[in-house]
Amino acid sequence: MSPITTDAHTSPSTSVPAGLGLRQITSALPGALSKLNPVTLWRNPVMFLVEVGAAFTTLIAMSDALTQSGSVPVVFTVSIAAWLWATVLFGTLAESIAEGRGKAQAASLRATRTSTPARRVVSYAPDVDADARSVEVSAVSSSELHLGDIVIVEAGEVIPGDGEIIAGIATVDESAITGESAPVVREHGGDRSAVTGGTRVLSDRIVVRITAEPGASFVDRMIALVEGASRQRTPNEIALSILLSSLSIVFVLVVLTINPLASAAGEPVPVVTLVALLICLIPTTIGALLSAIGIAGMDRLVRRNVLALSGRAVEAAGDVTTLLLDKTGTITYGNRRATDALPLEGVERAELLRAARLASLGDPTPEGSSIVELAQAEGNAGSMPSGATIVPFTAETRMSGIDVPNGPSLRKGAGSMVARWAEVASAAQGVELDGVVEEISRSGGTPLVVAERSAAGVARVLGVIHLKDVVKEGLPARFAELRAMGIRTVMITGDNPLTAAAIAAEAGVDDYLAEATPEDKIALIRREQEGGNLVAMTGDGTNDAPALAQADVGVAMNSGTSAAKEAGNMVDLDSDPTKLIEIVRIGKQLLITRGALTTFSIANDVAKYFAVIPAMFAGVFPGLSALNVMALASAQSAILSAIIFNALVIIALIPIALRGVGYRAQSATALLGRNLLVYGLGGLVTPFIGIALIDLIVRTLPGF
Amino acid sequence: MTEQWAVFAAQLGLLALVLLLAYRPLGDYMAAVYSSSRHLRVERWIYRAIGVDADAEQSSRVYTRSVLVFSAVSIATLYLLQQTQQWLPYSLGLGAPSEHLSLNTAISFVTNTNWQSYSPEFTLGYSVQALGLVVQNFMSAAVGLAVAVALFRAFAPVARDALGNFWVDLTRGTLRILLPGSVIAAIVLLLGGVIQNLSGFIDVTTITGATQTIPGGPVASQEAIKLFGTNGGGFFNANSAHPFENPTAWTSLIEIALFLLIPFSLPRTFGRLVGDIRQGRAIVGAMAIIATVAVTLMTVAELAGSGSAPLAAGAALEGKETRFGIVGSTLYAAGTTLTSTGSVNSMHDSYTALGGGVAMLNMMLGEIAPGGVGAGMYGMLVVAIVAVFIAGLMVGRTPEYLGKRLGPREMTLASVYIVVTPALVLIGTALSFTLPGVRDEVFSTSILNPGIHGYGEVLYAFTSAANNNGSAFAGLTANTVWLNLALGAVMLLGRFVPIVLVLALAGSLARQTAVPASAGTLPTHRLAFTGLLIGTALIVSALTYFPALALGPLAEGL
Repeated sequence: MSPITTDAHTSPSTSVPAGLGLRQITSALPGALSKLNPVTLWRNPVMFLVEVGAAFTTLIAMSDALTQSGSVPVVFTVSIAAWLWATVLFGTLAESIAEGRGKAQAASLRATRTSTPARRVVSYAPDVDADARSVEVSAVSSSELHLGDIVIVEAGEVIPGDGEIIAGIATVDESAITGESAPVVREHGGDRSAVTGGTRVLSDRIVVRITAEPGASFVDRMIALVEGASRQRTPNEIALSILLSSLSIVFVLVVLTINPLASAAGEPVPVVTLVALLICLIPTTIGALLSAIGIAGMDRLVRRNVLALSGRAVEAAGDVTTLLLDKTGTITYGNRRATDALPLEGVERAELLRAARLASLGDPTPEGSSIVELAQAEGNAGSMPSGATIVPFTAETRMSGIDVPNGPSLRKGAGSMVARWAEVASAAQGVELDGVVEEISRSGGTPLVVAERSAAGVARVLGVIHLKDVVKEGLPARFAELRAMGIRTVMITGDNPLTAAAIAAEAGVDDYLAEATPEDKIALIRREQEGGNLVAMTGDGTNDAPALAQADVGVAMNSGTSAAKEAGNMVDLDSDPTKLIEIVRIGKQLLITRGALTTFSIANDVAKYFAVIPAMFAGVFPGLSALNVMALASAQSAILSAIIFNALVIIALIPIALRGVGYRAQSATALLGRNLLVYGLGGLVTPFIGIALIDLIVRTLPGF
Repeated sequence: MTEQWAVFAAQLGLLALVLLLAYRPLGDYMAAVYSSSRHLRVERWIYRAIGVDADAEQSSRVYTRSVLVFSAVSIATLYLLQQTQQWLPYSLGLGAPSEHLSLNTAISFVTNTNWQSYSPEFTLGYSVQALGLVVQNFMSAAVGLAVAVALFRAFAPVARDALGNFWVDLTRGTLRILLPGSVIAAIVLLLGGVIQNLSGFIDVTTITGATQTIPGGPVASQEAIKLFGTNGGGFFNANSAHPFENPTAWTSLIEIALFLLIPFSLPRTFGRLVGDIRQGRAIVGAMAIIATVAVTLMTVAELAGSGSAPLAAGAALEGKETRFGIVGSTLYAAGTTLTSTGSVNSMHDSYTALGGGVAMLNMMLGEIAPGGVGAGMYGMLVVAIVAVFIAGLMVGRTPEYLGKRLGPREMTLASVYIVVTPALVLIGTALSFTLPGVRDEVFSTSILNPGIHGYGEVLYAFTSAANNNGSAFAGLTANTVWLNLALGAVMLLGRFVPIVLVLALAGSLARQTAVPASAGTLPTHRLAFTGLLIGTALIVSALTYFPALALGPLAEGL
């Protein structure tokens, strides 16, 4: 299990430079400049307003310079204009840098998309020749493949497009997509049948039905996502934009009415000053960083090898209140391990272990090796007896074991089958065996009966090995953390209720669904949703698809079927179901970052008022200089300092916007307290200090 | 000075005690009134008479339509009553007021503003007062309560587009809350010395031998609902500064308590109806803190008494009644501007610049601490929604208030809500100083004091109208065509645009199933949330007016 980290840059696989490198900035600059185009900028009303203000101020500066007139010094107007342009540019720069981080990844993905030759089956006859051994094949380019085409891919070849294996089995190198170098097995039927275009077949031969049109493949979607091209604003982002726009409208009104009001009391205020006040008051900080925060949130997921197919899904992940977790593979290691040996009466424990070990030596499954390990831990060692025959497990016999020439035959397996093999002699022994088997079952374990038939042909049951689903390390703590965050965990398992209850208790989940069928699962999701809960789940099989679609956050495993991948709204390229927990954190971090910077931005207004208002009116009403609590040097230095602070704070906050604010698993109460203190109070105090400091420099400039 | 502060502390403490004692019973009673399924016999008659199925719930759309239709009919009726005054009985020989004044007055009373551009005792006779104004004093308050309760109901956990029945809410609010409360209040005021007669004008010869015409009237009964319904329209022009309306310091305190009672108890009703009384406590906490700070600031300003007149007189007593003193006046002035009552026991125009500024700021907060009957509560809930939206993000969830998600639709409605009032105030004031013709009239006729203070009079008028307060810097002569029509429009928009938005918001919340609360939910019942509410109210509402205030009270007082 990979460690879960709170910050993107502390995770080794996702190292991101924390600060802003000069190279990052210079490479983002062209993009930032092109984003200044008002045709596109108007989508961000706050920054559009800044740009209009900047253009307007520039015009005033030019006309003042030409006519040598104007109510304020030209150098002041020019400085304001310059810093207003800088403010807009910093905003577009933030967005451009955020996009730039996805560009490198997109480039490497693009490399996989270069057209590869494909062998298309001209007419496929599934009934006659499922493996397509003797069919006519035409060579085409991968870009000419369409939905439903059948292609043959052999060892060493690149899979030409997204598809589903309809015949054969192969090992596939998917490192181009997942970054994971170990090859994976893909086979016809079952839940491991999907293949991705651009990955390479390492061994064997598969027949693939193409499931995506050219240009609409998984990789294409991935590229669009990481580049931010297909980014759509999420409902929450829209709601926030509306609030920010309305605050901006209020301030436009405030500024527009100042001169009419001042005509009754006081003197008219220069237009440049009004523009400066407006830009100070509207929430430029969050306006500038809003889209960068969204892009960076998606990027954080991509860096963890999770593809969110919509930004909405990322936000929904933060809202999740119920997590459905499959038992096998998510909560437990998925393979049962031997934890105890229970000999029947008259049998030594050591004897049982020795027999069990021998019977498992030829068993490569994790269960088998765990039995060997258990025996070795208690001093049973040695190599395989020479000449021994390994009896493999078959679905028919439901047992496996070993035959030692001139020695005993040993078997382990399901109770009834082994008992029959061993021809359980006495009824008493039968009763004893049943008792042990039942007890293990009740505790959530799997009983594995071990029996021996001596060279002389005398058979007897030795005892039972207790196989247990082992809960992954650290999970109970993780679930406790989730509980603190207000998220309920529900374990889904096909086990009987007894077993399920035992494992649920051990893992520390809040609830479980035993003997779950796909229908049960979807019913559970509906029930939770009707109660107002948001549900997240993972899945990989075709039968998971309806539930994945019903869930608010459905994370499909990349190894799963294409039906599952289509149904979910996220795909985990590492196919690690535990990652769901991490996805929830990333969703929360995204929302917190947005809220924290909004709070900071709005709280900043207080100080800016105290900088600009006395500067505007103190000339006429000297009493108002009492409001100049920052002791700013002059009216013009005060206004310019406020504008400079306003611009610089955007740059200062870009790293936080990209990285996300620190997130710890805490209750909402604790989170609110902390963030209010840092971003609310911080947002109130910081500009007072910042503007005063900037003023110390500005006042030394000639003309201020 | 210390003595004054002791009086202040005693009076404020007494008020707080009364409100605290009333909070639970009154809040619970109002919750019971609006959630009861039983109808009184007299209520059944009313429903039959107006043809309403009292057990049918209304969707937000129908509820809104009912509010608007009822209010439109009310305005028309009140306008016609005034225009036909000369033919009505008990009109004391008074004729019909001008059309624009009648319209202004009709809007003013239907919107619970009770702005009076006229001297009531010399303009409106008993018929119009009793059939028109008093009826609207009840109705406009009941409408405010109904809208607030409709919003409370929207927080029910189960999704349902039903906000209750406006006609039932209106009837019950009037008959079960406002009427009994007013009867008790009238008796108390009568005992305190407020007059109640139908004697018309009485000519008396004064000690110096001059003749004085003294108007009488059914004052105590009208006074009760004027205050209990946060209306504020007085029987006399001098309002509660008039000894017939408010004879002693004791009646003055009772009057303050009367207009604070319902607004300060409604959070309890809210808590009851949403099933968590702690939610109400967090809100009433924010209201109480803002109110205490405001009244203290105003008292500080008045006791400091800066300005030449106070210095000459020894205290800032110009425009204040000696029987109330400075403290008794500031308590009333702060309370009346914080509650959208708008009745006065002293003349705000004569306050020190900063003291008058606090009165304006109180209204500029949006009348939410505690605000008018019903209106204060729904205004505060919109502030709460904005606060939850911003802070809710900071706990890592799509913001939700009491389990209801705040998405684009909800935030659009809340965002427009917070724009409306500042827009009305600022645009109205700005137009008064820019429209050709109007500007000259405003300067020559309306404004009493030239310069900054005159500007303050106009700013105060529009602030008062947009927030449906009704108090004034009384130096302003408001009975002009421009001010009657402009203030009328501002009152109308300032009342009904927010109501339409609030009911739409209620509909959109009601149609959602609530997300169950968990450890991951933003807690909205703790002290931190109270602080958040105050901060949001200050930054989102009050700060907007900083430049406007800087030109007026701040420029004058600093």
